Amino acid sequence: MTTLAGTATLTRFGFRRERFALVLWALAGAFVYYSQAVGVDIAYPTQPELDAVAASMEGNAAMIAMAGPPRALDTIGGQVAFQASAFGMIVAGLMSMFVIGRHTRANEETGRDELIRSSVVGRHAPFAAAAIIATVANVLYGAVVALSLISYGLAAAGSIALGIGATCAGLVFAAVALLAAQITENTRTVYGITGAAIGAAYVLRAVGDVGSGALSWLSPLGWGQAMRPYDGEIWWPALLSLAVAVAVGLAALRVLDHRDVGAGVFPPRPGPARAPQGLLGEFGLAWRLQRGTLVGWSVGLFLGGVAFGTIGNDVGDLLGDVDIGELLGQESASMVDAFYAMAAAMLAMIGSAYTISSALRPRAEEAAGHLEPLLSTALTRIRWIAGHAVITLAGSALVLALAGLGMGLMYGIIADDMAQVPRMLGATLVYLPAAWVLGGLTRSCSASCRGSPPPPGSAWPSASSS
Amino acid sequence: MVDELQAPRLGKPQQGVAGPFYRRYMSAAIEISDLVKTFGRTRALDGLELQVRTGEVHGFLGPNGSGKSTTIRVLLGLLRADSGDVRLLGGDPWREAAGLHKRLAYVPGDVNLWPNLSGGEVIDLLGRLRGGLDERRRAELLERFDLDPTKKGRTYSKGNRQKVALVAALSSDVELLILDEPTSGLDPLMEAVFQECIAEVTGQGRTVLLSSHILAQVEALCDRLTIIRLGRSIETGSMADLRHLTRTSIACETRSPATGLTELAGVHDLVVEGTRARFQVDTGELDEAITHLTRFGIRTLTSQPPTLEELFLRHYGDELAAAGVDES
Repeated sequence: MTTLAGTATLTRFGFRRERFALVLWALAGAFVYYSQAVGVDIAYPTQPELDAVAASMEGNAAMIAMAGPPRALDTIGGQVAFQASAFGMIVAGLMSMFVIGRHTRANEETGRDELIRSSVVGRHAPFAAAAIIATVANVLYGAVVALSLISYGLAAAGSIALGIGATCAGLVFAAVALLAAQITENTRTVYGITGAAIGAAYVLRAVGDVGSGALSWLSPLGWGQAMRPYDGEIWWPALLSLAVAVAVGLAALRVLDHRDVGAGVFPPRPGPARAPQGLLGEFGLAWRLQRGTLVGWSVGLFLGGVAFGTIGNDVGDLLGDVDIGELLGQESASMVDAFYAMAAAMLAMIGSAYTISSALRPRAEEAAGHLEPLLSTALTRIRWIAGHAVITLAGSALVLALAGLGMGLMYGIIADDMAQVPRMLGATLVYLPAAWVLGGLTRSCSASCRGSPPPPGSAWPSASSS
Repeated sequence: MVDELQAPRLGKPQQGVAGPFYRRYMSAAIEISDLVKTFGRTRALDGLELQVRTGEVHGFLGPNGSGKSTTIRVLLGLLRADSGDVRLLGGDPWREAAGLHKRLAYVPGDVNLWPNLSGGEVIDLLGRLRGGLDERRRAELLERFDLDPTKKGRTYSKGNRQKVALVAALSSDVELLILDEPTSGLDPLMEAVFQECIAEVTGQGRTVLLSSHILAQVEALCDRLTIIRLGRSIETGSMADLRHLTRTSIACETRSPATGLTELAGVHDLVVEGTRARFQVDTGELDEAITHLTRFGIRTLTSQPPTLEELFLRHYGDELAAAGVDES
C-alpha cells in the first residue's frame, strides 16, 4: 500500500480546497431539478392541464431531442425527469471535470505536485485522492438532488433514481477526466476532452431518443434516463455506468503507471527556432493561443449540427395530431421547421459557451503572468485585448456558422433539398449578436473583478473590450 | 537618508559611440521622487527616490518585499503610482507607456513562457512587439547563452526560461535595460556571460537599471547604486562613496602584542590573542590604525576591503537581529 501513502491527508486537503465549491455545485444541481418541480406545479396546477401538455410534449421531437425520452409526462415526477435529468447530469459532469482537473493535471502543470510528491506521498496517492474527492462530490450531488425532490413530495423511488442517475453520470465523466489528465500535459486540454465527451454524450442521446433509441445506449446521459425515474424504476443501468466508470478509471491508472510525472503520453516535440510571420503581433499571438480551442469547438458544433440534421425525417414519424407550431408560438411554421428552430437555438446556446470561454482567455493569460512581458514592449493594453476580442467575435461567428452548415448539409442531403443549407445557416447565425453580448458581458465582468489584493504582477486596472 | 550626489566619484569611463548621442537628450534616464504606491492597506512604496543617470549601470538593492519589483512595474506603466513624480526617458511611464517601451527592454526575475510556444518564437514575438531586433545579435546571444530556441516553453528549466527573456532583451536595440533579478537560476558560467553582455551594453552608452540580490554582481557591474528598504530609499551613491561608509577588516600578527587599539577612533570588534589581533576599522580611519600597528612590528597583515555585503548587513542588521540572526 505504499503507493497510496498520504492519500488520506491529500483527500482532506482537497476537501479543504473545495469546501465551498462542492456545496455550490450540489445546490446548483438541486436547483436544476427542484425548480422544474416547482415550475410544473405552477404552470399546470390541475391534472387536465398536465395531461394536455403531456400529450403535446410526447410528440414534440425538438423537446425530446433537447431533454430525453418522454415518460410519465402526465405526472410532476415524470416532467421533472424529462426536463431536468439531462441538464442535471451535465452539471454533475462539469463538476467532476473541474474537480479532477484541479486536483490532478493542474497541480502537475504548476509544479505544486512536485512539492507534494517530494514528501511522504505514494505514487498513486494524488490520483486516488482526486478520485475519492470526485466520488464523494458526486454522491453528495445525487443525495442533495434526491433529498430535495423527496422533500418536495415526489415519490422516493423516482427521486432516488434521479439522484443515482446524476451521481453515476458524474462518475463516468470524472473517470473520463482522470484519463484525459493522464494523456495530455495541460489542464485546458483535459477540460477540452472531457467537455467534448459530455457534448458527444448529449448529442448521442438526442439523436437516439428521437430515432430508434439505440444510440442513447451509447451515452452515459442515456443510461441515467434509462433508469426510468417515476415510471417503474429499473436499477441495473446504474451498474452499467459504474462499470464503465471503473473501467475508464483503471485505464487512467494504467497510463499513470507508464508516464513520468509532469509529462503526458506523447513526448514534447521541438518547435520552430524562428517565429513564423503569422505569429508576430497581437492578433497572431491571440490566434496562436486560441486556435486549438476554436478548432475543437468548430468540429464539435459541426458534428452536432450534422447529428441534428439526420433527425429531420424522424420528426414527422414522431408527430401525432399535435400542433407544435402553435405550442411554440410560430403558427405558420411547419413541424420540421419548428424542430430545427429549436435545434438551432440549442446549438447556439452550446456555441455561446465557446464565446464565453474565449472571452475568459485574456484573464487566464494575465493570471499566468504572460501579460507582463508583452506590456513591457510597445504593445498597448487596448491592442492586446483587441487581439483576443477579434478572435472571440470572429470565432463565435465561425462556430455558429459551422453548426448551421452541418445541420443544413445533412438535412439537405436527407431531404434532397440543398436550399436548406442557407436557411439553417441563417437559423444559427441569427443568434450571433446574442453570443457576442454574452462574450462582452463575460469580458467586462472578468476585467472588473480583480479579486483579492493583487500580488505585484497581476494588478492591472481593468481593461475592457467590445 | 537619501544622499543624492552631484557627480560620481568613481564611475566607469564611458566609451562607445552611442553614449553622447543619448546623453544629448537627457541627463537622467529615470527620475523618481517621493513615489507612493499602496495595495489596499499595504504601503509598498513609501516616498521612494531613485535617480538613474543616462549611460550608467545602476544597482537597485533591497531585501525581499522591499518594493523593488513594484518600483519597476510603476516604471513600466503596469502599475499606476498613487502619488509622486516618475519620469522615464523623459516621459510619463503611465501615459506614454507604449511609446517609451520602444526604447527599453525588460527582463523579469520570474519568466513565465507560453507552454506551447518555442523559445525562439517568444524571442521573435517580443522583439517584433518592441519594434524589431538585431538579427546578428540574436544569433550571437543564443550561441553565447547556449540556448536551444526550438524547445517549447513548458520544457525549459528556470534558468533557460530566464535566458529566453535575456536574449530577447539584449538583442533589441534600446537605450535602457530594466533588469529585475535577471540572472536568478543561471549557472555561474552563464552569470559570467551575462556580466560580459552588460559590460558591452554599457560600452555602447546604454543605461541599465539592475535589481539584484547577487552582491558580487552589483559590485562588478554597477557605477552607482540605491538601497531601499520598506519602500524607501536609504542609501544612494557610487560604490566608492558607499565603501567609505563601511569598515575594513584587519587581521595581523605583530612582533610584540599590540596595545592601545581600543583607544583608536573607528576601531570595532577588537580581538587580541597574544601577538595576533583582529578588528574592523572605519575605512576613513584606516591610515591611523595601520600607523599605530607599525609600532609593534607587523609580521603579517591581511586586510579585507569592505564588501557590499557588509554594507547591506549594516542596513538590515536590525532586521536580522530582530529575526534572531547574529549580525557578526
